[in-house]
Amino acid sequence: MGMSSPEALLICEHCDTVYRRRTLTRGDVARCARCEAELERHHALSVNAMLALILTAMIVFVQANMWPIVTLGLSGQQSSTTLWGMILAMWREQAQVVSVLVAATLFFFPLLKMLLLGWLLWFARAGRRAPGFVRLMVILHYLGPWTMSEVFVLGALVAIVKAHTYFDVTPDPGIYAYAALTLLITIFAGVDLRRLWDDVPEGAA
Amino acid sequence: MSALPRASELGLIACTVCGLVCRNVPGDARLDGDGVGDDMACPRCGTTLHRRKPNSYVRTWALLIAAFILYIPANVLPIMRTASLNDVDDNTIISGVVELWRAGSPNLAVIVFTASIVVPVLKFLALGTLLVSSQQGSGWARVQRAKLYRLVELIGYWSMLDVFVVALLTALVRFSVLSLVEPLPGVIFFGLTVVLTMLASMSFDPRLIWDGKDTDD
Repeated sequence: MGMSSPEALLICEHCDTVYRRRTLTRGDVARCARCEAELERHHALSVNAMLALILTAMIVFVQANMWPIVTLGLSGQQSSTTLWGMILAMWREQAQVVSVLVAATLFFFPLLKMLLLGWLLWFARAGRRAPGFVRLMVILHYLGPWTMSEVFVLGALVAIVKAHTYFDVTPDPGIYAYAALTLLITIFAGVDLRRLWDDVPEGAA
Repeated sequence: MSALPRASELGLIACTVCGLVCRNVPGDARLDGDGVGDDMACPRCGTTLHRRKPNSYVRTWALLIAAFILYIPANVLPIMRTASLNDVDDNTIISGVVELWRAGSPNLAVIVFTASIVVPVLKFLALGTLLVSSQQGSGWARVQRAKLYRLVELIGYWSMLDVFVVALLTALVRFSVLSLVEPLPGVIFFGLTVVLTMLASMSFDPRLIWDGKDTDD
């Protein structure tokens, strides 16, 4: 014991095995020899690139929420809805629990995630820790699994096919915006946001 | 000590939130996941450090059982009513899948079936297996069990699919006289099942898989 400082070490979250950190090069993924979980991977995206992606995601998110998702037509009548139309409809139809779930996982959590990341990255760009860095990083960690925009895209597809038997269905721009958002989320999924702890050292603020 | 040292043997703790490796007083901290004696906070992010998630077995069992109880009404009760001039149709999850298979697209029917039936059932079985085998300190198929847990975490939230479908159809189909779609209580139970199974898989600590008594080299 006492052979090296704890910063040079890496512990597998899935089985508690201790490793000495090594420098990764492009495309490298470090895996745990005991349980085969991913320990660390090389990050190709710079802070600037991540910030650009987050800003893009924010613009797409606004569009995904403002524009209608699908339009149904039946004998001359038309009906379309946005995400908030969905949330309000569920609330009115005595399914408040579902309404809250939809609002949280498709609106509030993704929005909060993007705002937090944007804020943290904006300061990280200048090599500084954003005000509230520690608390916000912790919130970001817990927010992780509760954003479900990508699930919604598949759900919308299923809804379109289901409604297709009875109605004329036209996909609206909102659904394309959601598809683009899913693509952006997928790119981000490979990024370990914890790197910000190391990238932006304490005391730099 | 084996060739691959474990953090608990070296008196190290990794912070679950920020990943920082912390040195802690080696000795009497227990390995059974009840968190006794761990009251150190991570110097970087302030999260309380635990060698294992506190009360992992009890919490995971409780959430899993609660989720399973809610899963019964989620499947038995209809989740959606479609009404038009000549008929009223109440759909359960399964009847929705059958309808999609017959009238819509078989591919999507398979996706919905996977998300709403296979994924939750797999989660119940997988987490149940992981809990029982880890509590017995079993050395059986550890690598596969570790992978099974990561699979459960990865696919868990896709079960929300059908909830979103019902919500979207409810908002869309509102041609008052001619037809309408209403959510029915099943969808509420289903949504709660998904949330509870997600919480259950989060409260399980995969490190418990490797905490059995026998060595593993």
